[in-house]
Amino acid sequence: MSLRESYRLAPRSRGLPPLNTGGAGAGRLLASRRSRTWSFLRHLDWLLVLVVLALCVLGSLLVWSATKPSQLQLGANPRTYLYKDVLWFGIGLVLMVAVAMLDVRRIRAWTWPVYGITLLGLLAVLSPLGRASAAVHGAHSWINLPGGFQIEPSEFAKLGLVLICAWVLSRLGDGGKRPRLREVALAVVCAAPLAALVVKEPALGVALVLLAVLIGMIVVSGLRLRWLVALALAGAGGVWLALKMHVLKSYQLSRITSFTHQSSGLSSSNYQAEQAKIAVGSGGMYGHGLFHGALVAGSYIPSQSTDFIFTVAGEELGFVGSIAIVGLLAVVVWRAMRIAARADDQFGMLVASGIAVWFAFQTFVNVGMTIGIMPITGLPLPFISYGGSAAFADMIAIGILQSVHRKRTGLAAAFGTIGPAPVIK
Amino acid sequence: MSSASRRRLWVLHLVVAALIISLGVRLWDVQVMNSRSYSTLAAADMTESVVVPSVRGEILDDTGQPLVGDKTSLVVSVNNARLSQRPDATAVLTRLAALLHMKLKTLQDKVRLCTRNVPAPCWSGSPYQPVPVDLNASDQIALQIMENPGQFPDISAAVQPVISYPEPDGANPAQVLGYLQPITPQEVKQRHLTVTGFSGVDLVGQAGLEEQYDAQLRGTPGIQKVSINADGVVTGTVSQTAPKAGDDLVTSINAPLQADVQSLLADTIHKSQAMGHDVKDGAAVVLTTTGRVVAMASYPDYNPSVWTGGISEKEFKYLFRDGGPAYNYVTQGEYAPGSTWKVTTTAAAVQQGFSLYGQYACPATVDIGGRSFANDGNPNEGYMSLQEALIQSCDTVFFQLGYDMWLKDQPNINSAQNPNAPLQPMVKMEEKWGFGYDPGVDIPEQSAGSVPARQWLYWLWKDNAHTGLDWCKYGREYGSLDQQYDYDDCQDGWVWLPGQAANAAIGQGYVTVTPLQLADAYAALANGGTLYSPRIGEALLSPSGKVVERINPPVIRHLPVAGSTLAYIRNALQGVITSGTAAEPFGGFPLSKVCVAGKTGTAQAIGQQPNSVFASFAPCYHPKYVVVVMIPNSGYGADFAAPTVRKIWDDIYGLEGAKAALQNGQPPTSLPTITASGSIKPPAGYTGGKP
Repeated sequence: MSLRESYRLAPRSRGLPPLNTGGAGAGRLLASRRSRTWSFLRHLDWLLVLVVLALCVLGSLLVWSATKPSQLQLGANPRTYLYKDVLWFGIGLVLMVAVAMLDVRRIRAWTWPVYGITLLGLLAVLSPLGRASAAVHGAHSWINLPGGFQIEPSEFAKLGLVLICAWVLSRLGDGGKRPRLREVALAVVCAAPLAALVVKEPALGVALVLLAVLIGMIVVSGLRLRWLVALALAGAGGVWLALKMHVLKSYQLSRITSFTHQSSGLSSSNYQAEQAKIAVGSGGMYGHGLFHGALVAGSYIPSQSTDFIFTVAGEELGFVGSIAIVGLLAVVVWRAMRIAARADDQFGMLVASGIAVWFAFQTFVNVGMTIGIMPITGLPLPFISYGGSAAFADMIAIGILQSVHRKRTGLAAAFGTIGPAPVIK
Repeated sequence: MSSASRRRLWVLHLVVAALIISLGVRLWDVQVMNSRSYSTLAAADMTESVVVPSVRGEILDDTGQPLVGDKTSLVVSVNNARLSQRPDATAVLTRLAALLHMKLKTLQDKVRLCTRNVPAPCWSGSPYQPVPVDLNASDQIALQIMENPGQFPDISAAVQPVISYPEPDGANPAQVLGYLQPITPQEVKQRHLTVTGFSGVDLVGQAGLEEQYDAQLRGTPGIQKVSINADGVVTGTVSQTAPKAGDDLVTSINAPLQADVQSLLADTIHKSQAMGHDVKDGAAVVLTTTGRVVAMASYPDYNPSVWTGGISEKEFKYLFRDGGPAYNYVTQGEYAPGSTWKVTTTAAAVQQGFSLYGQYACPATVDIGGRSFANDGNPNEGYMSLQEALIQSCDTVFFQLGYDMWLKDQPNINSAQNPNAPLQPMVKMEEKWGFGYDPGVDIPEQSAGSVPARQWLYWLWKDNAHTGLDWCKYGREYGSLDQQYDYDDCQDGWVWLPGQAANAAIGQGYVTVTPLQLADAYAALANGGTLYSPRIGEALLSPSGKVVERINPPVIRHLPVAGSTLAYIRNALQGVITSGTAAEPFGGFPLSKVCVAGKTGTAQAIGQQPNSVFASFAPCYHPKYVVVVMIPNSGYGADFAAPTVRKIWDDIYGLEGAKAALQNGQPPTSLPTITASGSIKPPAGYTGGKP
């Protein structure tokens, strides 16, 4: 019996009986719903939930601190961004729970529609709809929605990529079969339009995340080592060609080259990097305290509530706070990898791995650029940076992780074991 | 899950761990190991030094009346060069007008530039200079402007010293005071001055006393360290050193006398002009015999308030045109001294062995070097003493003395082209009296005049024979008079000729002096031979009233002339008034009250009226003051300069119905004092102003 069949066979009543049915007089329907709710809650990765909640709270505080001085200067409500940030994560939490409640098979079934919507969103950005919108930092990355809202489809592109790659690479089933080169090629073909549209915006940072996620997922998918080596060589050749053909815009190149020879003058990209490093470094061991960062108060760092939010943490919370944030994010990644390792199907494993790579890479690049070990690219810090689209995408990703996890633990509970997924033949 | 995937997941674990660890290590490095250096950088990022301007010291007359006043007030300025670039410029001005209780139209007129077809009021200063629109704003208004940069962009409200020229008793020694102008980058670099960057404040003395005493007058600006944000908006004060106000400069200028001298000079010049003479400039100076300037009037003059709040280009061009009112003719006017010069010739002749008690011929003409030199307007007067020669101002006596000294010198070295030729004895004496050199007065504008030393002649010829005036090109042996001169100068311009010696002996030819040099030389003659470097400044007083520095005229030298010779000359000059060339203009002067001695001078110029010169001192015994008036191109010394000097003596001593400018004819013996409240008290016995 395949695992797929075992799902089918698993009776719904196999869920754990409710601990407390609310007394003998409680109705059966109520009991059933309660037991289902209980089952859902029981099978969440609570550590992941708590860590994500902690990051959201920290993020909101930092956004508040980062935006307060400039808001005061404008004579506006200093808590505007705090409220908005809380709202975004509130909605994000709802999305997370909603997605977590979905069966991972349903998520898999929705892969192609999600992929299609993502592509349409990215195309919309490049259409007059997006072009008319405010060009932020010389890039078109937003779609204006009615009511003054804006949406950033490139954030959702990461989700789309994770899902489509997982779908393609797990096509051959869960029977321990490695994907063939054909699947890998298909994954690359599916990823290409996403990446191309993101590069076109241009949102280089997001494109790098997409690339990292794609590579990570191909590696984890179990493709034969020789093919991996061949792909790596082909990739290196591609990069060389890209440089040769001037695919990168000059400002993108200057960011990267200014990174390689730092302190060669205060060009605007170097200025950002220097200011960020100064802010983080001046925090010292314990920081100046929330709302007490002088550089934060002086709005010295551009985009300090979004891409450079980590500088606020660095200056105000010091090494202790910074390492705590990095640590919490590391826990998120670790939980994602753990969920991947324990997933009982290839799709779930790949989805979880993709999300792990996504968060790990994005965290490394974002934090790294504020302390001078990565070039400056426009990437938000997961769960911390201000921004609705990123918050929604991050929370949906957590929801997917929960879904994969719930499925696994739910199944394990059904078989009464917690451990490696039983292989039922 | 395939076992390959499981292995690869472990690899992923390792990669992620490596990334996280490298972040942690780098964070430790940046935040813990190098935190201090980043904190230093952060501090530098966040503070800016703001220069708090100091209050500039005032310039006072001898009784403490301000000639240049200075008070601070809150000045609201509009940086129109930047504001006009903003789309909301009109809205900003509307808000500002309401705040200043001004009509919008009035405000807009104030800040618009004075260009063609723009009627006043308009801004005549530099377009880049913030335009002061309210010179005396209240604290409340200033605070509203400073605290709302969003509401009032490019509008500033700052404490600014406002210079005023009160003209006490009508005294306006504009060229002596000098003026203030925005500092130039070169000056900042040279003098290491701290500047605020606000052009209305960063003024530096550009001429006269304002330039000479700029360092003392300007004080020390305070430095305020303020924290700023990235937009440059000030968020607080970190540290502060208070500015130190500049010292006040007390001068020996007496305002009532200065006013009188100015108007007397102007009246005389207007009188000469009314007679059809083309008089353009003139100078009058009153000096104590110890080298202090009591009055210094230069014609034409101007109202110094044109400098406040930015001068227009038109006004600037008017002031600085050739012969314009910016020139101080007392120290910069180089005029032929005429017969007033005969005192140095007398001293030189006596030194050369000509007897003080000998008899000298005063014929109608003398022939020297093939030319005939006439005694101005006079027939043969026979033999006379040197004293009489001075009293009558007999030119032929001095022509002959000049020639005799030329003969006694080494005629053979005169023709050599030698840039290091030795001085002629006569020139040597003249230079000892301070001529040919800057007198070292305490204003930068001063000229040395000229005495035709051999070296001087050599360089004059060198500079003009084939370059400069190009004598050899334009000169014609039988051309016009000018062409003949050019021809002669080309042939032997470097040679000290007998005719030149004769001309130089009566203060003509190449001899020029400034009125101040002449007064200074006469002061040395009057005081028994001490040549001072004149001083206008008397003392520097700190804002708390302490005397920071007393300024005394330094002694340049003692004249190499015997006291008896000087006394002899002084006697002669006394005779000039009683029975000589100045007897007529001084007719009826109460000499019994104040004995005045002096010498007329009338230097001829071709095709023009002569330079009218009179140099005098009083009282005759133990002289206190020297008065010199020089008015070129106006007429005879006895006709214009001498009557003016007479009236100045009247004003000094209160004679002939005039009110004495100086009490008992004495300058104040003590300095004005600054009281604890900051007000200025005149010296004892003076009321400050006309007594």
